[in-house]
Amino acid sequence: MKMKKLSPASRSGFINYAIVLVFFAVFQTLLSTGNLSNNFTGQLIPICAYVVMAISLNLVVGISGELSLGHAGFMSIGAFTGVIVSMSLQSSVSSAPLRLLAAIVAGTLVAAVAGVIIGVPVLRLNGDYLAIVTLAFGEIIKNILNCLYVGVDGKGLHISMKDANALNLDENGLVILKGPMGATGITKLSGFVSGIILVLIALFIIQNFVNSRSGRAIKAIRDNRIAAEASGLNVIKYKMMAFVISAAMAGAAGALYALNYSTVVPKKFDFNTSILILVFVVLGGIGNMRGSIISAAILTVLPELLREFRDYRMLIYAIVLILVMLITNNPSAKAFIHRIFGRRRDEDAEKGGA
Amino acid sequence: MLSNLINGISLGSVYAIIALGYTMVYGIAKMLNFAHGDVIMIGGYVAFCTNYYLHWPALPSILLAVVVCTLLGIIIERLAYKPLRNAGSLAVLITAIGVSYFLQNAALLIWSSNPKSFPNMIGTGSFSIGKAQVTLPSLITIAACIIIMIALTLFTSKTKMGKAMRAVSEDKGAAQLMGINVNATISLTFAIGSGLAAIAGVLLCTSYPQLMPTTGSMPGIKAFTAAVFGGIGSIPGAMLGGILLGLIEIFAKAYISTELSDAIVFAVLIIVLLVKPTGLLGKKIREKV
Repeated sequence: MKMKKLSPASRSGFINYAIVLVFFAVFQTLLSTGNLSNNFTGQLIPICAYVVMAISLNLVVGISGELSLGHAGFMSIGAFTGVIVSMSLQSSVSSAPLRLLAAIVAGTLVAAVAGVIIGVPVLRLNGDYLAIVTLAFGEIIKNILNCLYVGVDGKGLHISMKDANALNLDENGLVILKGPMGATGITKLSGFVSGIILVLIALFIIQNFVNSRSGRAIKAIRDNRIAAEASGLNVIKYKMMAFVISAAMAGAAGALYALNYSTVVPKKFDFNTSILILVFVVLGGIGNMRGSIISAAILTVLPELLREFRDYRMLIYAIVLILVMLITNNPSAKAFIHRIFGRRRDEDAEKGGA
Repeated sequence: MLSNLINGISLGSVYAIIALGYTMVYGIAKMLNFAHGDVIMIGGYVAFCTNYYLHWPALPSILLAVVVCTLLGIIIERLAYKPLRNAGSLAVLITAIGVSYFLQNAALLIWSSNPKSFPNMIGTGSFSIGKAQVTLPSLITIAACIIIMIALTLFTSKTKMGKAMRAVSEDKGAAQLMGINVNATISLTFAIGSGLAAIAGVLLCTSYPQLMPTTGSMPGIKAFTAAVFGGIGSIPGAMLGGILLGLIEIFAKAYISTELSDAIVFAVLIIVLLVKPTGLLGKKIREKV
């Protein structure tokens, strides 16, 4: 009864929160009763991180309409900032959740700053050229992190681009980042609960942003840039907003992801990871947050589920990917899907859709 | 200095040949063919197998690699891209990524992930020009690039099929009304691009003799950058972009930093695109309301 008073947009938003909570309830029960295999348990936090990555990329690709191929770069910045913060606070802050919070907040902020720096040149370009520049930035970030050495001692942080000895640490110093070796000996701080909380916060921010005045302005710019500009919208400002929010969330997801492992290397966040997240967004439906959540979750575990096929699993993954794209874009298959789900879709469309 | 220059031009020639494949396909089908880098890798493996296991001489094994890659290009276009001709560009992009995953993992199953050391097929030897030492393979690479460039320019400007290709990339609908077989022309473009990828694969593996299923991806990305650098869709642009990229990479490695050379290459690309948003030789498309 109460649901009817809500606007279609916020109703759709509440369904998304409900999906995340149901997912949490089901897996938390399975986890506590011990019915979950080890492989699957290890996937829970990556799922949360990738869901956040997918919805944040969807803000840029779907809502703002810009193809970004360097999203993993922001994840990487968030990840290593998070690791540095959590490891340097290890001695002074004893509470693990507090350190996790500090790491995620720091990852978010630094990634947001990177988003501003990268957004200024990137958003002056259009279309495929914008895509290639985001790709280039992603590669530059990976390359720089690959030769970055960071250590901490009593005097604070030491940074070098040469090697670990150039850091000049004192005896109790700790080398956090070791160039291409990445960060090792990370204390695992992330948990399933914190992952789900991050997903809910990210969803809350993005859904409210999309349905706000700024969100509508961004969609107007996506649909017709010239008309929007003529109506007095500041195109760069709104595009920048979406880009920076998206980068910040990717940073948060990166920090969560990195603090789930004992070792993280810069190579993990390369072009292929950016593409992987783009695949989540496109398969879930561009501009559709619920689709992104579901496809990110399913596609993260799919390689695990296909484990019995061993060497063939990535091959099957590739074939599934191609077939899904071919089928969803085939006019007769579309008509067939429409005939089955048509009634529901039409109702959705009348009420304004997702 | 001079040897760096020649090494740079040689590496750039390889990038240029790969970039030609990207730029031609983009010009005609308006799609970023991410699987192109993996076609290079397949070409490298075919040449490797025939030369190493079957002891074929160099020329036939390179020719076979070209034939296999040409067919592969046509098959990929028919099966994966043709059904999506009227779909959105993102759908095509994701399909191309799917094809790229497929090729990489198929190669992983057939040849395993152990790096194979690629035999030198195009001869060894070096001679000196002035003070600089120049190796034979790098000269052959540069020569191959020049020949391909001339042949391709003649093909697109003089032959009927080449003119058809230019017409289709200009306006698909109008070309069809003029009696041009659009499907055949697009297939031909993929065939030429993939055939060139096989040659690039052999040349690349001769300079960097490590063959793995992921060998093609990084040169693929760089060649793609080269194509954008020169103005995507433009054939001379791809040549220029490729060679400049190779030069920047080699000089950055020699004088600045080996680890940061990729970052420098991409930074130069970003600066060029900011100054000239459609690449060096790209046409400026005026936006109409």
